[in-house]
Order: sequence, then structure tokens, then C-alpha cells
Amino acid sequence: MNPVNVSNVTVAYDRKPVLQEITFDMPEGKLIGVVGPNGAGKSTLIKAILGLIPTASGNVEIYGKSYKSQRKLVGYVPQRGSVDWDFPTNALDVVLMGRYGHIGWFRRPGKKDTAIALQALDKVGMKEYANRQISQLSGGQQQRVFLARALAQDATVYFMDEPFVGVDAATEKAIISLLNELKAQGKTVLVVHHDLQTVKEYFDWTLLLNKRKIALGPTEEVFTIDNLQKTYGGRLSFLDTQVDASHVVQS
Amino acid sequence: MWNELLSTLQDANTQWVLFGSILLGIASGVLGSFALLRKQSLIGDAMAHAALPGICLAFLLYGTKSIGWFLVGAALSGLLATYFIQVIINHSRIKEDTAIGLVLSVFFGFGIVLLTKIAQSKNGNQSGLDDFIFGQAASLVGSDVKVISGVAIVLLIITFLLFKELKLFTFDRQFAKGIGLPTGFINALLMTLIVSAVVIGLQAVGVILMAAMLITPAIAARYWTNRLDRMVIVAGTIGALSGILGTILSSMASNLPTGPVIVVAATLIFVISLVFAPNRGLVSKGLRLYRIRKRVARETVLQTMYDLAEEASLSNQSMLFSREQLITRRRMANRMLNKNLRLLNREGLLNQSGGEWGLTETGAKEAYEVTFNNRLFEIYTMYEMRFAYLQLAANDAWEYDEIPSDTLKELMELMATHEHTPQLDPAHFAKGEKYYFANMESKGINKRKREVKSS
Repeated sequence: MNPVNVSNVTVAYDRKPVLQEITFDMPEGKLIGVVGPNGAGKSTLIKAILGLIPTASGNVEIYGKSYKSQRKLVGYVPQRGSVDWDFPTNALDVVLMGRYGHIGWFRRPGKKDTAIALQALDKVGMKEYANRQISQLSGGQQQRVFLARALAQDATVYFMDEPFVGVDAATEKAIISLLNELKAQGKTVLVVHHDLQTVKEYFDWTLLLNKRKIALGPTEEVFTIDNLQKTYGGRLSFLDTQVDASHVVQS
Repeated sequence: MWNELLSTLQDANTQWVLFGSILLGIASGVLGSFALLRKQSLIGDAMAHAALPGICLAFLLYGTKSIGWFLVGAALSGLLATYFIQVIINHSRIKEDTAIGLVLSVFFGFGIVLLTKIAQSKNGNQSGLDDFIFGQAASLVGSDVKVISGVAIVLLIITFLLFKELKLFTFDRQFAKGIGLPTGFINALLMTLIVSAVVIGLQAVGVILMAAMLITPAIAARYWTNRLDRMVIVAGTIGALSGILGTILSSMASNLPTGPVIVVAATLIFVISLVFAPNRGLVSKGLRLYRIRKRVARETVLQTMYDLAEEASLSNQSMLFSREQLITRRRMANRMLNKNLRLLNREGLLNQSGGEWGLTETGAKEAYEVTFNNRLFEIYTMYEMRFAYLQLAANDAWEYDEIPSDTLKELMELMATHEHTPQLDPAHFAKGEKYYFANMESKGINKRKREVKSS
């Protein structure tokens, strides 16, 4: 059974469609990159799947059941800029928030949850920073705290919204090795991505999106000049070089 | 004065009032923390002002003063005001601050009109409604205090039980929604809690200053801690202290309204926090900046001396340098240079002869350390990507002896490639001899092999 089936999802703000009749199935155990120009609805797609914004139509199933009943199987990494990093809390505390869905109402996180959170921090190379106030972390470190929080959710399907934006080299490496580890564990990860040069390197599958689904499939099959032209339209003069460059990186 | 204080405290009614204002202070401090972190400080102000017409209408409908009905009226008109603010924001180009200002003044103005009408009616004199403007804790009677305390305790219990959920909701609403928290419900709940905290404070603190009671303890508490649970406790304590102070002072002086005194007390605590809090306080920040400036100035002088000495040793010049030479090599403020030359001279790191300065043996060692450390950092910044695994945060101090030895070796090799390695052996050059390092492969400074080039 596919981890995620998206059928006919349309999202509109003020009658202007942001996503139009998106239908696709996510294959299990793959790293899927979502690429498309600015305003193509990449983040909106994740938010629609997770039910964070109202959809005009359509249906999302996680392992054949509604998202509501399968929440615990889903991990989410929002954009780093979506929260106030001056909030009075430390890294460990933020990661513990990933456990809240499992803990339930009224109860406090226990020793087991703390152990899981510390382990998640360790996996992203942030164990020493557990007690650091979050405003004192660099942008990349903050991103890794968000990743650790998603790991602490202990999910089987992950959605990540632009985790590579504005991060340092160490974080980029940490995210890549983490993605590969998740894949090795048979988990499915959908990542909104902005850097065309690294798509071939990072992702098994690619979803090309520009308000509509342009193509979805194994990266080597769908990440073609032709499809990119359809996705990015006229803004293509730079694309040839970028796609070529990614070949160079691979070889 | 003490006798007066004692007799005030022994008064049974004052004790009741004191108890009420302590609980009130705790509740508004705790919920104010959430209002502050949600950036809704102004909403509290709007709700307090908007409560006035609700209170007046409750009085007109019910006929006499009744704290219970007043609370209902205040809460209803407060919520109505919040609803109007939302409607204005959603359906016009008016931004939130303007919408709040608009609704707040219209509601408050309407409240004042009603208040004047009540004051002119026959039973208007005993209404005690004037107290709601600036607050009068002394006007609270036993039943008022019971209602206020009851509500405050309920607010605190709910906050305690749902602390985890409220925290996640306040920090990251999207994620909260993603893991299935009913964010709409929590938003409404938190809003209701904040409105309730405002409403129970109205009689003691007054509609005009209630927002300060909500926000001031919270913002003061933020200076003392970086954890939400502690912040909430500190804010509650500050709220309670201000409540005690305001109540006592206003019961001792007749006709002194409680609200302003409570708010002045809270503001005093805020100012103390602003100035003296560790880490975030102004004094602490100033001290930190002063220390950094002092250290940078000192290192600048030492490194410049070393740079000059290094150049001079190549061409057999004197190892003593004038102030002008130092300034030409690295631009420094005159006063700063003079001050540091004097300081370093007193510490025995520099010696002076005929207006020219040179490094002593200890000075040479320290100058070498400083130069080595700073030049290594320059190399690190050149190759930051390669050394990203060191995970240096932007504001961590750079100390070469904390770097793993393999990395240090790599950095030193790069430093040699860029001809950046400090070339003078500190042990000898201070005596006027000119020695060079070579062979930079070993690790510690002292272990490093030296190749001596005599001058």
C-alpha cells in the first residue's frame, strides 16, 4: 500500500487556485524532491496534505486511511522562519514537542521521551546543544533542531518544507545523511526543494510542480529539460546550464 | 508609619483584599506571559477598555452592583470588541494596530457616556462604578474577593494542566495543528483565559491600567530566564508582589487609587530587571561589551607589535617601534593606543626606550599566542566550508587550543601554504636576536622544531 495517496486536491485563496487537481501516489521508501518556481504551491501542497489549510476539494490518504486517524505516522518539518526563535525555551524542549502527539493531553514528557529527544538531537549532531537557548543557535542549527523534532515524532512518512534554505555546509551534510538513513529504514520522505543543481544528487524521485502536477517519477526519468521547461516556463535560459551542472556533480 | 502598616494589615477586610490582589497578580502575570509571547499585548489593553460599557450595561440591567454580573458584562463586551477587531482586519485594508486603536476608543468612549448617565441617576452614587476607571482595591468586599479568587484559581489550574499544549501552541501553531492539537479550540481557550484575567482585575486595577498589569510582570520576567515554565512563575511572583504593594499603599493613603500604585510597583520591578538582570540586563550587556572591547584593543596592540617585529627581523632593523609605526601598520584610535601601551608596559609585556616600544620576553610570548590564534582564525574563515564539522556558532569564542589536534594540524598546514605562519620565535627575538621557525608539522608551540637563522 502506498504511504500517501493524494487525489484531486485543489487549494484556492480568494477563487485564485494555488494548486489545481493534484493527484499522485507517493511510493514507499523513497526520497521525493518537490521542485517548482516560486509561488508554484510547493509549501501549500505539504500544508494541504497535513490539513493545515482548508482545501477546496480533494482527498488525502495515509496508508489507505484518513490523515486524522494516521497522524502518528506522519512527521513534519515546517519552514524555519515560521516561528519566533526568541521564544523562551531550549533545543531539547523544542525536540520534546515532537513527542507531544504521543504523550496525550495533561501529561508531561517522561524519561523515555527525553531519551528519544536526546537521541534525535544526537542524530543531527546537536547533542551538546540540548540546553542551549534556541535564539543562541545559528540558522543551520535551528533547522537541525526542527529535524530532530520530526525524528522524535517517530513517524514513517516525513514532510519537510525547504530544510536546505539558508543553512551552512555542516547542516546540509547532516540533513543528507539523515535523509539517507531514513530511507534505509524504509521511511518515505517528501522534501520541498529549491536548488535544481542538487536534485539529481539528493532525490530518488522528483515531483515537478507548478500549480499543477507536471511530472512525478524516478528522478533520472522525469528530471529532464523538457519537463523543467514545462515547469519553469519561459524562465529557462539559465536552466540548461544548471541541469548540465548537475550532471557534472554526479560524474 | 510601621504602626500604621501593622494596623492596616490587621484589618480583616484588608487581609481579604490582599489575598485577592495576590491571586489576581499571579493570574495576570501567568497569562500575561502567554499574551506577550503571542504578541498580543495590545489585545489585552483593548479588552480592558472595552469592558467598561459591558460593566455599565450590566449595572443598568441588573440595577445594583454585582461582581458576578459585572464580570459577565465585561467579558461579553470584551469578546465583542475582539470580534470587531478581527472583522475590521479581515474585511478592510486596516492593519491590526489601527483596528485595535479604533475599537478600543469607541468602546471606552461609549462606556464613559454610560458611566456619566449612571452617575446622574438616583442610585448612581452608590454604584461604585467610578472605581472601575482607575481601580480601588479597598472597595472590594468579601464576596467580590471570593469571586475574583475563585476565577483566578480556576485560570491557574487550567494553565497548569494544559501548560504543554499552550506552550506548543504559542511557539509553533502549525506544528501543533499538524500533530492534531485542536488549535481553534486552544486559541479560543487561551483568549478566554486572558479575557478572564483582565476582567477579574478591573475593579482592583481599573480598565485603563489593566493591560499594564498583564504585560509588565511578563516582560520583566522575560529578562530573568530563558525557559517558559520559569518565566511564568517569575511573572506570577512579580504580579503578586506588585499586587501586595499596590493594595497596602492605597489602603494606607485615602483616595489613592490602587491601579496606578500596582502598575508603578510592577514598572519599578521591570526597570530593575531591565538594568540588572543577568545576561539580558543592560549592566550585564554593557560589562560584556566593555570586556570584549578591552580584550580586542589589547590584542590589537600586541599583534601589531608582533607583525612589525616579524617584518623588521627580515631586514635587520631595530625591534623597537614608535607609536606612528604602530598606527600606520594597523589603524587605531590614539587614546586607545596610549592607554594600552601604558597598561602593557605596567604588566611587563612591553618596554619603552626613547619614545619607542618593544616586546619583552613575556610580551613576545603573549603576542605570539595572540597572533597565532588570530591568524589561524583568518585561515579558518577562508576555509570555513571545509571545517564546517567544527560547528562553531557565530558567537563562540575562537581559541585554537580547543580545536582537535588533527584539525589544528590541517589548519596549520594551510596557514603555511598562505605564508601566514608566525615566523618569529618568541623565546629569542625579544632579546634582539632574530630567529625563524621552520618545519611546522608538529603540534604544540613548544614542541615545534625550530630552525635557527642567525641574524
